[in-house]
Amino acid sequence: MDQPGFDYHIDIPGTTIFDGKQAMKGYALNKMCYSFNKKENRDAFVADEEAYMEKYGLNDQQKKAVRDRDILGLIDAGGNIYYLAKFAGIFKLSVQDVGGLQTGRTTEEFKEFLKSQA
Amino acid sequence: MAKILGGITTSHIPAVGNAIQKELYDDPYWKPFFEGYPKVHAWIKEHKPDYVINIYNDHGLGFFLDQMPTFAIGAAHEYKNEDEGWGLPSLDPFPGAPELSWHIIESMVADEFDITSCQELAVDHGFVVPMQLFWPGAPNNPDMPRAVPISANTVQHPIPTLHRALNFGKALGKALRSFPEDAKIVVLGTGGLSHQLDGQRAGFINKEFDQYCLENIVHNPEELTKITRMELVEKAGAQGTEFLMWMMMRGALGDDVNEITRNYHIPISNTAAGTLLLECAA
Repeated sequence: MDQPGFDYHIDIPGTTIFDGKQAMKGYALNKMCYSFNKKENRDAFVADEEAYMEKYGLNDQQKKAVRDRDILGLIDAGGNIYYLAKFAGIFKLSVQDVGGLQTGRTTEEFKEFLKSQA
Repeated sequence: MAKILGGITTSHIPAVGNAIQKELYDDPYWKPFFEGYPKVHAWIKEHKPDYVINIYNDHGLGFFLDQMPTFAIGAAHEYKNEDEGWGLPSLDPFPGAPELSWHIIESMVADEFDITSCQELAVDHGFVVPMQLFWPGAPNNPDMPRAVPISANTVQHPIPTLHRALNFGKALGKALRSFPEDAKIVVLGTGGLSHQLDGQRAGFINKEFDQYCLENIVHNPEELTKITRMELVEKAGAQGTEFLMWMMMRGALGDDVNEITRNYHIPISNTAAGTLLLECAA
């Protein structure tokens, strides 16, 4: 289905505004990640990732980003960070780990960057 | 009639829940953050509110994108947390106040604020962490007030404007002051301050903008309604939009407030952490 063609926001570098367009694009991916609120669903994902992604109807772009643990790729595929945080939780990644992965820093470097803004 | 004692804001970072559980109060990383709370504890002990209105933003536990309310008000007898995907400990339920919830809902809708009522609502760290910060051991604290959760959407744009948030608070204040019970109420606004979790700009913090917001929210909140939503994303970070909760809280307090305490610290987790206690002028 076509996505609405209108943008309601300004361009902020390094920032994806999660709007209706992204929400439609990422619905299946976010729905899968929302399911990870429940332990039995996290266990089912870990037991068979491919089958679990298929069950939620992820598209190829989303599946690839999940397989690659590619946070920026997941956002580009319509993922919302609050649901993706539950995906990251399966791998015990902290928000600093996730921050580092997105900005090309090690976790320690990312923590230093945060401190530098004090 | 009920009386609003004041409002308290705090960041609600999930890592704070862990730090409380591990009692890291004197840990060098955590100390400057936890130092912001003793004055809040003393104020709560002195005034002992009967009800707490907890204004927070759900982060994908109570609501999903299938049905996303812009403003939701809990109307349940109790509220439970869940593990949120991270194995957080399950707490005893927080006691609700459905009679106050429905009074607020009636009053708000009569004032043309269209809200979503929730007879079941799982509450996430946005609600739980501030309760644990303000009432240690929550919900098992002898002074724990009964709670009404109010959640505003900051997950998906379009989010409410700062103007709407402040006006929502004003209507909420009117609702609370007309509750026909000789009760004391405290209003929480949780979340913020500047932070961004996602994208190449992850880790963005903006001390100058946070200070501007902290300065103005006390005596000049109307000034902050000039900030557009996109400007808020740009200057506070994608998740710094949680400042809307502070605006909702502030609106409920009325014009005259006294600042009792304030704390600001960078960083806690990825966030500039802020705490503010405002008391309503008698």
